[in-house]
Amino acid sequence: MIKLKDNADYKNIEDEATRSVVLAGVGGQGTILAANMLANALVLHGYDVKTSEVHGMAQRGGSVISMVRFGSAVASPLVPLGEADALVVTELLETLRNIEFLAPGGKVIASRTRVDPLPVLQGAVEYPADAEERIGKIAPGSIIVDAAAIAAEAGNARAANTVLLGILSPLLPVGEDEWLATIEKLVKEKAVDANRNAFLAGRKIAESR
Amino acid sequence: MPEPRLMTGNEAVALAAFHAGALFASAYPGTPSTEILEQFSKFDGVYAEWAPNEKVALEAAIGASLGGVRSLAAMKHVGLNVAADPWFTLPYIGVSGGLVIASADDPGMHSSQNEQDNRYYAKAAKVPMLEPADSQEAYDLTREAYRMSERYDTPVMLRLTTRVCHSRSLVEAADAEAPKPMPYEKNEVKRVMIPGHARLRHPVMVERLAELEELSNDSPFQKKELGSGDAVVVTCGVAYQYVKEAFPGVSILKLAMTNPLPRRLISEFCEQFKDVYVVEELEPYLEETVAGLGLYPKGKDSVPRVGELNVDNVREAFPELAWSKGAAPRMHIAHVEGLPARPPILCAGCPHRGIMYSLARLKAIIAGDIGCYTLSVLPPLSAHDCQVCMGASINMGHGIEKALELASGKGEAAGSHRVVSVLGDSTFFHSGVTGLMEMAYNNGRFTVVILDNRTTAMTGFQDHPGTGVTLQRQQSSSVDIEMLARSLGIENVRVVDPWDLDECKRVLSEEMKRDAPSVVISRRACVLRDKASQREALKVLREECNDCGLCLGLACPALVKREGEVTILEDACVGCGVCAQVCRREAIKV
Repeated sequence: MIKLKDNADYKNIEDEATRSVVLAGVGGQGTILAANMLANALVLHGYDVKTSEVHGMAQRGGSVISMVRFGSAVASPLVPLGEADALVVTELLETLRNIEFLAPGGKVIASRTRVDPLPVLQGAVEYPADAEERIGKIAPGSIIVDAAAIAAEAGNARAANTVLLGILSPLLPVGEDEWLATIEKLVKEKAVDANRNAFLAGRKIAESR
Repeated sequence: MPEPRLMTGNEAVALAAFHAGALFASAYPGTPSTEILEQFSKFDGVYAEWAPNEKVALEAAIGASLGGVRSLAAMKHVGLNVAADPWFTLPYIGVSGGLVIASADDPGMHSSQNEQDNRYYAKAAKVPMLEPADSQEAYDLTREAYRMSERYDTPVMLRLTTRVCHSRSLVEAADAEAPKPMPYEKNEVKRVMIPGHARLRHPVMVERLAELEELSNDSPFQKKELGSGDAVVVTCGVAYQYVKEAFPGVSILKLAMTNPLPRRLISEFCEQFKDVYVVEELEPYLEETVAGLGLYPKGKDSVPRVGELNVDNVREAFPELAWSKGAAPRMHIAHVEGLPARPPILCAGCPHRGIMYSLARLKAIIAGDIGCYTLSVLPPLSAHDCQVCMGASINMGHGIEKALELASGKGEAAGSHRVVSVLGDSTFFHSGVTGLMEMAYNNGRFTVVILDNRTTAMTGFQDHPGTGVTLQRQQSSSVDIEMLARSLGIENVRVVDPWDLDECKRVLSEEMKRDAPSVVISRRACVLRDKASQREALKVLREECNDCGLCLGLACPALVKREGEVTILEDACVGCGVCAQVCRREAIKV
């Protein structure tokens, strides 16, 4: 298994190979903001970081994918297939759609959320009812939670993405203070508390496993 | 020196232009270039504007340059098609204040109608071109572009692509400069391109190009990376990043200045190697020159000419470079087949839905345009017949109507009153106004529907000449579309509310029947912008509904058929009521 975090006290970012996280979801779920938070936390920790995202059509309910790469010197902003150390997704179907990016032994962190695409809404095709099962089979050790419910409990259902970042966080060498500073910097003021709580709730879930 | 900051390529271009002392910037929004102006407009002491279209933006930037200040024009790749007229003569007159044109290509067509390679525009117009590979280079090369522009008296193209514009990476900014504006000078021989003057200027451009090629040969921005092995890869832009990762340790000639190409440098560097490879996105632009130098490069025979490059397809193109050191291709999880697609769709409550649905029901021949409403081409709405580029809808509709008339041989509106051109408000201001003139002047007998949602929605809600607010939030005049249409000689101009299907259908069928040009303005603010227009969610009355699915034809993301039953997702519904009007059983109510 490829661990994102080799050593909790690791501070030297020289000669460190590039690692990758792929974040995905549906337009409007805040995937791009989550990628931005992750990238900023990694920069704060001292990494070279590159991200990639696509705007435009994605705003209209389409699939959204954001990539974050970090190391001592990152080249490509795009993650090659099979090289994502973690896949963080706010929707089950999008998890399956992007699972090919996952490295052998990589970690899936997903929300048990279902957003029906148009062909499903129309009853033309079926939403894969066994999505969660399939994810677990393809990627053993996946963490799939009701992120929206956990976020709602933390104060704002829209912070589901932040819950997932919390679950991701112990896999990365970034410190809790660096995460919290990032949340404060990037989230709108009135949503900071909810996001902080959502993040800590996610972090607790990961630590309890 | 400030600490490095994570920013997109677009943000880096804006910051560099500001640090270079640019004071004037003009653009029309277009993915992936939009954020350049949005970012630039926030800096202190600058002037930034949304122009009605890219030709206007470039011409205004030319004016600002002649007026003596450093200027910026930004546009997506197809925007330069619109601005191509000034683009080709601008290098004849040169600049006063430095002038940089940021042109953002969209390989892979994430949000575009084609994937043209704009590097050929630089070559065709003899304009020097710089191509960054990440945000730091976007910053550095923008600064360099201003220096080059003034030193060589030429506009400079900064050629960006989606993965440079919308990728974030660390940027270390340099010290800002505050160049003195150039004094205004009258110099008509240089600046008025009558044939006699242009004949004098063209040889100057040719000479300048030779000087620029010397710069290109010696520029420190052209990077020679000596690796191991007897192969070299010539590359530019973001493709460089993929090469670095796909072929670790290979020798690379990474070009940042790609017009004019540094032929001497390419020859001298590449001649040391047995095998020369070229890796670039889209067309074989570098490859043609490298081949012309007798270097027999391997390139587009293996590297995709269509779509974006990435580490995977670059590796695949030249496995002999990728796996030369005993490394083996890595297995990855197979693509999961058979998943439902997730196409982008019109939002719940989108004002385009009602009017496009009505047009489809009236069996109109719909000449469409560029904007969110183009999404109505997808089934089940299927409400578009053709679409090419910004503003084309009216003119294509005019041609279709005339052709049907000619083909029928009856000399009457034998298009059987079916032709309707559809375009958004921002697109109308961009390049639809001349189309309306075409229709009025040449006795068109069809209907133009202007979808006036009070914003440029697709690119993220930019203001335009109809909103009464400028990019820098100043109040301004707003175009009165009704009066404009009437002033062109169109007598039949009507306004409908696209949430009122009866009105839409009645007005559209009346106007389509008319033997005269007509304009229907479908007016309602974008529901994402105007949250106040949102109403209580509707419900399906179970006892009335027979699950016929007629309402599903609206393709509304709030309307769902689950386990055979039609329901409305309360969280998604904004209460527009269009579905209630479609239902024949009155089964949808507040």
